Amino acid sequence: MTFIAPVKFAIDLLAVLLLALGIKGLSKVRSAREANRLAAIAMILAAFGVLLNSQGTIGISTSSWIWIICGTLIGGFLGALTAKRVPMTAMPEIVALFNGCGGMSSLLVALGVALFPSADSSDGVVGELIRNFSIVVSLFVGAITFSGSIVAMAKLQGWLSTPSWTQSKARHFFNILCAVIALIGGIYLSIDGQNGLFLIVVASSLLGIGVTLPIGGADMPVVISLLNSYSGVAAAAAGFVVGSQLLIVAGAMVGAAGLILTQVMCDGMNRSLVSVLFGGALGASSAASGGGGEYTNITSCSPEECALTLEAAERVVIVPGYGLAVAQAQHTLREVTRVLESADIEVTYAIHPVAGRMPGHMNVLLAEADVPYEQLKEMDVINPEFPATDVVLVLGANDVVNPQAKNDQTSPLYGMPVLDVQEARTVFVVKRGMSAGYSGIKNDLFDLQNTSMVFGDAKKILGDLLLELKELGVGSKGKN
Amino acid sequence: MSFFSEALWVLLLGSLLGLELIGKVPPTLHTPLMSGANAISGITMLAALTLIIKSGDNLPLLIIGSISLGFALFNVIGGFLVTDRMLAMFSRKKTRK
Repeated sequence: MTFIAPVKFAIDLLAVLLLALGIKGLSKVRSAREANRLAAIAMILAAFGVLLNSQGTIGISTSSWIWIICGTLIGGFLGALTAKRVPMTAMPEIVALFNGCGGMSSLLVALGVALFPSADSSDGVVGELIRNFSIVVSLFVGAITFSGSIVAMAKLQGWLSTPSWTQSKARHFFNILCAVIALIGGIYLSIDGQNGLFLIVVASSLLGIGVTLPIGGADMPVVISLLNSYSGVAAAAAGFVVGSQLLIVAGAMVGAAGLILTQVMCDGMNRSLVSVLFGGALGASSAASGGGGEYTNITSCSPEECALTLEAAERVVIVPGYGLAVAQAQHTLREVTRVLESADIEVTYAIHPVAGRMPGHMNVLLAEADVPYEQLKEMDVINPEFPATDVVLVLGANDVVNPQAKNDQTSPLYGMPVLDVQEARTVFVVKRGMSAGYSGIKNDLFDLQNTSMVFGDAKKILGDLLLELKELGVGSKGKN
Repeated sequence: MSFFSEALWVLLLGSLLGLELIGKVPPTLHTPLMSGANAISGITMLAALTLIIKSGDNLPLLIIGSISLGFALFNVIGGFLVTDRMLAMFSRKKTRK
């Protein structure tokens, strides 16, 4: 009995240490995987600490055990199943989903404590006020995290579009109204601990929806990262509610780290957090004003011509984009590059910071297809190399290769860092049609003399390309 | 009151630590880091556990706690596994090289 408290204390300290090391390690390629495991171990330790301490001090009743085991098994099983099944292309959605559930969990804890306050409120008036306040924060942030994450997921999955009213000023009014209602509910609840409970939950859920819904697909990763930070805050608030310092430390750490990560992502996309949150979808509002216009000089060509050009090339740069991932073509791409490499053609991949749908997403997808890590070049490294490149193959990327971002000051894209593919001798753009990218803006690249469009699904085109290359005998010479 | 004043210190120091932990992150790791941090935010499972344990066999509270625990574990287990799946792809490349 007497030794349990110090043991629990030691376990908590160890868990916090491991969590901190875990977050730290996750930001280095070399240590990332171990770091992830460390953090997982820390979580197990922390849960064990809580169980041990409770069993030793107040005892855990049988019915409690049953409900604990039920929740653990069901949640854990579904989580494991989702994690195993989800395709790598759906990663942003799934992070959003997990995150939303974390927020929901904090919300429910606060709800439980508020609905059934325990009798042991020995903290005095001030303590009670702080506790009620933590409940309010936990409900508020938890609800925003949940509804916001679910909307983010639905938008990324394409289940939800951007309703036009969310692009008007009306949404600011709506959001402010929700925030005010939530605030009123919060004040009520802080004072008497009962009233205003559902007012907060409903108003903050609506607020989460109202803030997330207008945001365009390209900005969604930033929002998910921000919501991730919120779920940390919600966890810390839940820590105040149930009186767990470990929870407060961990929640605060994730909240702060998530904020930094959000900032890093914004920098990578050349967007400010404010414009992401309040600016609305990038293209929807601004496409009409600038960067519009018709295409005048589109050249399209067949995979066969493309193969002929590739055969004669010495340096080839691949620019993969989200379209490649959607078509699940990264494996076929790998086949094509293998053939080219065996013909002594130098192949590299130019990775834009936001290639794919989320920073770093493309690296994951290419790693899945076995592309050697050292062939992936970041934008700053590859950009000076384009003039010395024979062929650039743009696969399902659009906005990240739009020269408007450099040349046209009126373009909404102006200032965004892009890959200078137009500097290369020949550019092939594999694309399903002439539709615009996420930003909804015309791509000047397609009009250039040295650009040819190859229309079709990336996987099919790459398959055709592979056949053509083999027919030309590319790569087989080296082996004979 | 003493818990709350201590807790506020903890909150402050934890936040500062979090701000310092992530310095320069290579773009490759943005996605895994986000999903890893996301898994950690499921630490709120401790709150759910505490809620269940202290429920005093109050059925609605047990149910709320259990659902909350389920959501949190969905986040934690799913988050760590999916992060590991992503990171495994990076490390596989290196060992083969």
